[in-house]
Amino acid sequence: MEWLQQLVNGISIGSIYALIALGYTMVYGIIKLINFAHGDIFMIGAFVGFYGLTHWHIGFIPSLLAAMIICSILGVVIERLAYKRLRNATRIAALITAIGMSLLIEYTTIFFRGAQPEAYPDDAVISKTFTIFGTQISSESIIILATTIILMVLLQFIVHKTKIGKAMRAVSHDMEAARLMGINVNNTISATFAIGSALAGAAGVVFGLYYTKIDPLMGIIPGVKAFIAAVLGGIGSIPGAMTGGMVLGIVETIVSAVGFSMWRDAAAFIILILILIFKPAGIFGKNTREKV
Amino acid sequence: MKNNNLKKYGALIVSSALLLGTLTACGAKDESSNSGASSGGDTIKVGLNLELSGNVASYGTGIAKGAELAIKEINDAGGIDGKKIETVKIDNKSENSEATSAAMKLATQEKVVAQIGSATSGNTVAAVQVANQNKMPIISPSGTSPTVTVNDDGSVNEYAFRTCFIDPFQGKIAANFASNDLKAKNVAIFSDSSSDYAKGLAEAFKKQIEANGGKVVAEESYVAKDTDFKSTLTRLKSKNPDFIYVPGYYEEVGLIVKQARAIGIEAPMMGGDGWDSPKIVELAGADALNNTYFTNHYSAEDPDEKIQKFVKAFKAANDDKSPDAFNALGYDSVYWLKDAIERAGSTKGEDIQKALADTKDLSLVTGTFSVDKEHNTIKSATVLEFKDGKQVFKTKVEP
Repeated sequence: MEWLQQLVNGISIGSIYALIALGYTMVYGIIKLINFAHGDIFMIGAFVGFYGLTHWHIGFIPSLLAAMIICSILGVVIERLAYKRLRNATRIAALITAIGMSLLIEYTTIFFRGAQPEAYPDDAVISKTFTIFGTQISSESIIILATTIILMVLLQFIVHKTKIGKAMRAVSHDMEAARLMGINVNNTISATFAIGSALAGAAGVVFGLYYTKIDPLMGIIPGVKAFIAAVLGGIGSIPGAMTGGMVLGIVETIVSAVGFSMWRDAAAFIILILILIFKPAGIFGKNTREKV
Repeated sequence: MKNNNLKKYGALIVSSALLLGTLTACGAKDESSNSGASSGGDTIKVGLNLELSGNVASYGTGIAKGAELAIKEINDAGGIDGKKIETVKIDNKSENSEATSAAMKLATQEKVVAQIGSATSGNTVAAVQVANQNKMPIISPSGTSPTVTVNDDGSVNEYAFRTCFIDPFQGKIAANFASNDLKAKNVAIFSDSSSDYAKGLAEAFKKQIEANGGKVVAEESYVAKDTDFKSTLTRLKSKNPDFIYVPGYYEEVGLIVKQARAIGIEAPMMGGDGWDSPKIVELAGADALNNTYFTNHYSAEDPDEKIQKFVKAFKAANDDKSPDAFNALGYDSVYWLKDAIERAGSTKGEDIQKALADTKDLSLVTGTFSVDKEHNTIKSATVLEFKDGKQVFKTKVEP
């Protein structure tokens, strides 16, 4: 029974990693940039959700939507202001800009509201615990999993069945060729940022619901973990990000479950190192040859 | 109490204090020899070296409020042996170097008979060297670290005292409460491995619970800023403990309690004074906090007559605000000093120091206390219980 419980714990945290990892992987897939400010958009989403629930009293679903909308706007603004003009600069310049953006968001938030943590309200959703085969499953875990699955199905639909999804796939395949075919590359990239950031915003609200405590620096560790999840699944691959997130969540839980709770974070980074050494393309990544 | 920078800056402060000490040694010698005489007029000068601004300003201002109330009461009642108390209040800005220079000023310029403060262990340690050299007793109301009175090499700081109990003592009290009041046999410990405070409490708890015949069935740890404790808690649950000790600070403890209850751990949980914050109720939720306890210096709800008298006086002086542990400790520090001066029959540093060290069974608001060889204060601790999000006085545990 203990193992079943641990599996439930692992899937809950894995879903959150997966939601954040999707944003990393989409942005990387399209402009080859590791957007380190992504974890902070996740944090902003958590705060928007918090204010939605406690100050505006609009309920869970509207708060979730508000967080997603505000985060997608923020994502597009960041892309237009900071990354767009660096599109032809060296990769390292863009990467450093992303780190700078991350710090800017964190400390702007601290400037306006202070560094103290906030607690998500208890009554945001119906809080109930179900006991199945001696395993306690809270309604929050179910909401996390349901939100994640719904958003992922939605994302698959957007990417594979819509016009903008087709444009995104084309731009990620070859930006110049896509431009020649008449695809508006700038709008497509903005749309990618908007969708990725909305997912991070949703992850923030779900995180607050599940773990209660949110603070302006909360995005750093989940951001890094989600990055590992994206690399594990194969960066640039959407099913890879989902699988990577789940695998990472479950591995971390198992490490704690066998009594090495102090090694949990180390385990995540060991996975990153091993995957970069032995299978840099990740689980779902294609082994493509560098074009000369 | 909550000062992790202590060790880091300790060496620096001690060395700079030594340097200052040698520079002013000639002056200091003269002053210390007549420090008693200088206060020999019709007032007794007492220095307050407190954190009135900076990051732990709430501790220092709390102590100042309590101490000022006590001084006012004493003066209204005619003072100590007919002499009124004159207060010299200095803000050390929550910084170690400021605490050292404030102590220096109190000892050499203001020539106070004793210093009350500082609130944190770190700031108090920064002033200890000055105190020893100038024979000025200092009483820290809330410096719970053992290093305030005992140096790393085991020697005792002659002129340093504290009103509160020390960190490991809370662990001992919790263990006694678990075995005697809750009849716990199989206990688990889940502590913050990144905090000396939590580690000290956990160690003392383990020692005492084993001495009481209990068994530690699981020992796990976490690191401050963690948010996910479910996997470790699930592991703890499988060991079926009937009591879980969680020394740590409220930010993590709140989440631990919530997540433990969510996966079905019903066992009582307990911690130390790091739990004392209204935020813990928001984080854990009032329901999850039921059946949890923590040790603290005192409770305003304690029915004890002395405590209720203090609560009433404090409320009258402070717009009906209920006094917290810092207010009470500040208040007690002044009365302890008064008692020592009366027993010494003198305002000389050496005599007050002896009287403070000889304190035995002195009954004050935060308990009846005695001082041991290491200048540690032995007194009772209060156990509080959370009931529907409110701190309720549970019991008082004698050492």
